[in-house]
Amino acid sequence: MNLPPPILSAPPAPILITNIESIPGKRVVEHYGLVAGNTVRAKHVGRDIMASLKNLVGGELKGYTELLQEARAEATQRMVAQAAALGANAILNVRYATSSVAQGASELFAYGTAVRVENAA
Amino acid sequence: MNGDAVAMLVGLVLQFGVPVALIALGYFAGREAERRHYASIQEREARFLRLPAVPTKAWDTTRAVAEARLVCGSVVVSADYFKRLLAALRNLIGGRMRAYESLLDRARREAVLRLKEQCPDAHLIVNLRIETSTIASRNRQNGVSCVELTAYGTAIRYQE
Repeated sequence: MNLPPPILSAPPAPILITNIESIPGKRVVEHYGLVAGNTVRAKHVGRDIMASLKNLVGGELKGYTELLQEARAEATQRMVAQAAALGANAILNVRYATSSVAQGASELFAYGTAVRVENAA
Repeated sequence: MNGDAVAMLVGLVLQFGVPVALIALGYFAGREAERRHYASIQEREARFLRLPAVPTKAWDTTRAVAEARLVCGSVVVSADYFKRLLAALRNLIGGRMRAYESLLDRARREAVLRLKEQCPDAHLIVNLRIETSTIASRNRQNGVSCVELTAYGTAIRYQE
């Protein structure tokens, strides 16, 4: 008889992220300190050409919007990975920062406080 | 003789025709794009009237919260040729740059709308932050220089 292997541990719950000092309905039971994630992205030449054409008429540069959204998602993902490694299940007070580091490149940076929360009784 | 006149004409067209054409393109296409964008912004803002996004951190603590999560909306914009010309002229005498004011205004409102579109079932967005950052161009002369507007906050959904 082939029985499925016993479940040793539940799959990890997704990490909760907010930019306020708490998670409503939960209480903080442990603090792990600051976690951060960053990524530096350069504009890609193909996108740059499209953007310079679009630049003639102005308006939204969709290629860059997507590029920066991907970069922000990656910075967030790195921050989440760091929090998960510490054993946290939530990140509070998250802030995003953007800075131009070089011509044609920008850094996306995400940081917050990693904590463990439990349902408030 | 005739050849020289043609060459001069071609030179003149290249020298002045291209910038004039770009400015005209910027003026007509840019103005039309702005009008359509404002119409779309107003229509979507009316749809999201029941989902306020506020920079304070207060919510109704008498109600149980089902979900609280970080949401983010962003947009990258740049000015058209006509607006850049207006800005260059404005730089000489100083004062308000209305052309850029409207560009940044609609980009900021677009970023907030995109934030709201991420959580249409939420009741409130608290601690809204709006950030502006310039993306440096590769070369200062002809490079693409643009601005990113980002809005982020915590979406709160109460238990029904």
